[in-house]
Amino acid sequence: MDIELKMIRNTLIIRLKGEFDLLKAEKIRRLIDEKLQDKQARNLILNLEKVSFVDSSGLGVIIGRYKKIQEKEGSMYIVGAQPVVEKILTLSGINKLIPLFKNEQEALKI
Amino acid sequence: MGIKNFVHFEFQSLPENVSFARACVGAFASQLDCTLDDIEEVKLVVSEAVSNSIIHGYQNKTNQKIEITVTIYDDQTLEMMIKDYGIGIEDIEQAMQANYSSDAARMGLGFTFMQSFTDEMEVLSKPGEGTSVRLKRSFFKESEAFA
Repeated sequence: MDIELKMIRNTLIIRLKGEFDLLKAEKIRRLIDEKLQDKQARNLILNLEKVSFVDSSGLGVIIGRYKKIQEKEGSMYIVGAQPVVEKILTLSGINKLIPLFKNEQEALKI
Repeated sequence: MGIKNFVHFEFQSLPENVSFARACVGAFASQLDCTLDDIEEVKLVVSEAVSNSIIHGYQNKTNQKIEITVTIYDDQTLEMMIKDYGIGIEDIEQAMQANYSSDAARMGLGFTFMQSFTDEMEVLSKPGEGTSVRLKRSFFKESEAFA
């Protein structure tokens, strides 16, 4: 899975690509946690535009990062989720905790 | 119900094989008269069941065996059996509850997703012997559903 990172002020943007399942979950979890620590980021935007699949292993990583961001009193947003991914986010109720936006620009305005 | 087609395969309990398993079942299920969304849901269900076998059944041991049998009945029903020979489940009812997980870092959504995207789910498990999950889903054509 390709991962792109970008830092805008105190917001870390993570762009994921591919399938977000058990195989990728641990690697992505570790990488996001390292970057949150290194960059002293307070907020997190997870860009799922190029993610074609997510299951409960991926959702576990997302919700775990949400809890970390909350501890820092920061905000977390998910952007660009494709319909197939958005359905899973909605069914799991994650969308009630982490707001979904169309793109990074919209989330950065908040 | 007559069997129209079936496929059986087994593989090692490696996380790499989760995507392989769901792609195989998805490709097989595409013989049915169903939508791309339906196939995505089938793939999710397989992903959850196989991940459960690896994480819970085999406690992440990667040298174990997982078996999958997929059967198509009468052009419209898909049955999937996912079997492991792992530690089994002590309390099936508890394991099937939404948000319950034996691992606090996980969300306990696996069985919830399997139930949401299938018509029937049966879990057979014996501690020390393993777990089989049988999932069934029918894809009726709209004309039949409203006939």
